[in-house]
Amino acid sequence: MSMKDLGVVGRSVGQRDLESHARGQTAYYEDVHYPRMLHLKMHRSAEPHARIVSVDTSAAEASPGVVCVLTHEDLPGKKVWNGLAAVGVGPEDEPILAFDKVRWRGEPIVAVVGESAEAARAGAAKVKVEYDPLPGVFDVEEAIAGAAPALTAHWPRNHYIYPDDHAAAQIRFGDVEKAFAEADHIVEDKYQTSPIEQAPMETNGCIARPGGDGRITVHTNTQAVHFARDNTAAILDIAPGRLRFLGGTVGGGFGGKVDVAVEPISVLAAMRTGRPVKFKYTREEEMQVSSTRSAWRLYVKDGVMNDGRITARKITSYQDSGAYLRFSSYGSMKHAGHMPGPYTIPNVWVDAHVVFTNRPPSSAMRGFGVMAASFAIEVQMDKVAKTIGMDPWQLRLLNAYRNDDMKAHRKEVEDGAMVETIQAAARLAGKELPAAYQAMTSWDRKAG
Amino acid sequence: MAKVRGTGFAAVNYPTGMHLGGDPTQSLIHMTPAGDVVVTMASVDLGQGLRTVLAQIAAETLGVPYESVVVETADTDTGPHCTGTFASRTTHRAGNAVVMAAEEARKAMLEVAGELLEASPDDLETDGEGNIHIKGVAGKSVPVGEVAGAAHFAHGKSIAGRGAYLKPPSPMDPETGACDPDSTQAHACTVVEVEVDTETGAVEVIDVKSVYEVGQQVNPDLVKGQIVGGAWMGIGHTLYETTAPGYPAIDPAPVDFQNYLQPGAAETPEITCEVLEFPAASGPYGGKGVGEMVTNSPIPAIVNAINNALDVRITEIPVTPEVVLRALDEKAQAGG
Repeated sequence: MSMKDLGVVGRSVGQRDLESHARGQTAYYEDVHYPRMLHLKMHRSAEPHARIVSVDTSAAEASPGVVCVLTHEDLPGKKVWNGLAAVGVGPEDEPILAFDKVRWRGEPIVAVVGESAEAARAGAAKVKVEYDPLPGVFDVEEAIAGAAPALTAHWPRNHYIYPDDHAAAQIRFGDVEKAFAEADHIVEDKYQTSPIEQAPMETNGCIARPGGDGRITVHTNTQAVHFARDNTAAILDIAPGRLRFLGGTVGGGFGGKVDVAVEPISVLAAMRTGRPVKFKYTREEEMQVSSTRSAWRLYVKDGVMNDGRITARKITSYQDSGAYLRFSSYGSMKHAGHMPGPYTIPNVWVDAHVVFTNRPPSSAMRGFGVMAASFAIEVQMDKVAKTIGMDPWQLRLLNAYRNDDMKAHRKEVEDGAMVETIQAAARLAGKELPAAYQAMTSWDRKAG
Repeated sequence: MAKVRGTGFAAVNYPTGMHLGGDPTQSLIHMTPAGDVVVTMASVDLGQGLRTVLAQIAAETLGVPYESVVVETADTDTGPHCTGTFASRTTHRAGNAVVMAAEEARKAMLEVAGELLEASPDDLETDGEGNIHIKGVAGKSVPVGEVAGAAHFAHGKSIAGRGAYLKPPSPMDPETGACDPDSTQAHACTVVEVEVDTETGAVEVIDVKSVYEVGQQVNPDLVKGQIVGGAWMGIGHTLYETTAPGYPAIDPAPVDFQNYLQPGAAETPEITCEVLEFPAASGPYGGKGVGEMVTNSPIPAIVNAINNALDVRITEIPVTPEVVLRALDEKAQAGG
């Protein structure tokens, strides 16, 4: 179909719920109220790495208004899990409630359910955990250096192990070392990003309500209702059909609401008490407990010719996964698959490592794996331009991929329009390009 | 003391859909006796306008008024499977599922209309305003509501459709990384001007100009909303935000918006954007995903602008005043 024939697609009809959002009329999960609703608060690890010597919940249980206290011994199904286990990613490495050891400050240990949020909070504060502190490791390169303590038995060298015993998600395309030897210039640098909070206005939360029919309805602000339901059922070892997840309108996600962080323990508490249970992260929990965007460290090495052609790009990156895997192995595969960015480079080598540290677990955020890649590549491109004395616009246009070029992951470029996008940005910014660069196109490498 | 200005830019591409595929979304559509359309999904609206976009796509394919389409989501009892709202996948994955469901429902609708108009369904067309016409024959038409009523109460037929979109999984070769990771790629180029105070190290973003190429836009205002909001988020990432200011140390640990800084109105300049449309072969009406990439081009563009302003080489974010001042110190030492 010619796009000119379109009717309502392509038109800026107003966003349907905009006025409702602006007027405060939109119903979020928290706008559901049930009588006799209980509240759940978590007692969390005060240590980044320690052996748990003992857990004493007696004072919490005796605390006024506390109805139920849950430890790992109360979990009916899995003790450890990973959200992608159902699609073959693993191993399941993260305790639902910590036992034996804690590996990050903030790790959940005991859930306390009370008649009010205040009663639950007061009860959770009375849980006594005796720790035997262990040395921690916080830097990604120190973690894999060999002398660092192993966080779990799954990862003896503190890095994720990809299929065929690979220490990283790899790209091997052409021969970078040969190209470096033949290059006119070698341009290298190190790049570092920071852990960043998704910072949604609405923090993670849910309300689990037992029905009279043996089913439990969960009002949740997850970004993925089926995923959250199926993982909750798997963790608790109950049939997914016993759970009905209701959501669909969320106060900001940005990747911060895919961890299934609140639903399983809330459903368990609802099953135990027979009453509705609400678990809502505080802002402090959202900031320091919920997954951040992972911090990345990248080393980029380019081989460049005097005429501006980049002939080789070698990248070693370290994704700081924090204490557990969550979705980090996916993030590093996406990161590796994105290299070398929107450029056609005939020799590409990537090792994208997932590293475990005693930091809060990281996970998805807007542009998972790619944001750090784009940041490093594009700041690197300016260094390449400066090194060889070339206009940075011309450098990018010269190297930008064209349709049908072979990418480093061995798929031909399709729907490519990088050249046109750069040219349009130059026009918008008043940057004049030489005629040959204005004549370039994504559909013909010889043009321009 | 001086305030110096610099410019920088960055070019990025971004994949649509989950990396390596295997992430289905399904859709069910049915028509009520009055001729209204209900699109039932399990996709989550994060505030980006998913209900609006999917209603537009359903209306386009069915050929009915946009206002007559309701998108009902997300109840796991009624909504067919959706992998989730992330990976810039909803317009593409859910959109394609809605197109498929709407095509099946349209076929059922035109069959009933053909019986009412005594014409072959192949000879019928919709006008998008609530009527079905015999092509090329003036005055021979029937309202969609009448067709829906007849389907329910006279013909005993359901006007409904099912849609399922799946990009089959493509595992990555562990040795070479060979794979088919994406459905399409969108593109962006952002140009930024900054002003840096060399005494305090504070950076102000003066101007952001972006060109985005996102395939056929379904709703240009919502695309612009993503681009503008993403630029603000990019400014935050580049200049202010971290949950671990002493990274990799875990302290200090900000716990609220007093200690975790984000750009406010004073830190967010006007964002100028232009959108190019090169339709994607696999997209619904040629659409690509735009949700995530919008932070990716501003971040390196701002860093490049700071480096350009100061003639320094900063390669970390956030570029706090401390990072700026240390870079200036290093430059002074190297020069001296």
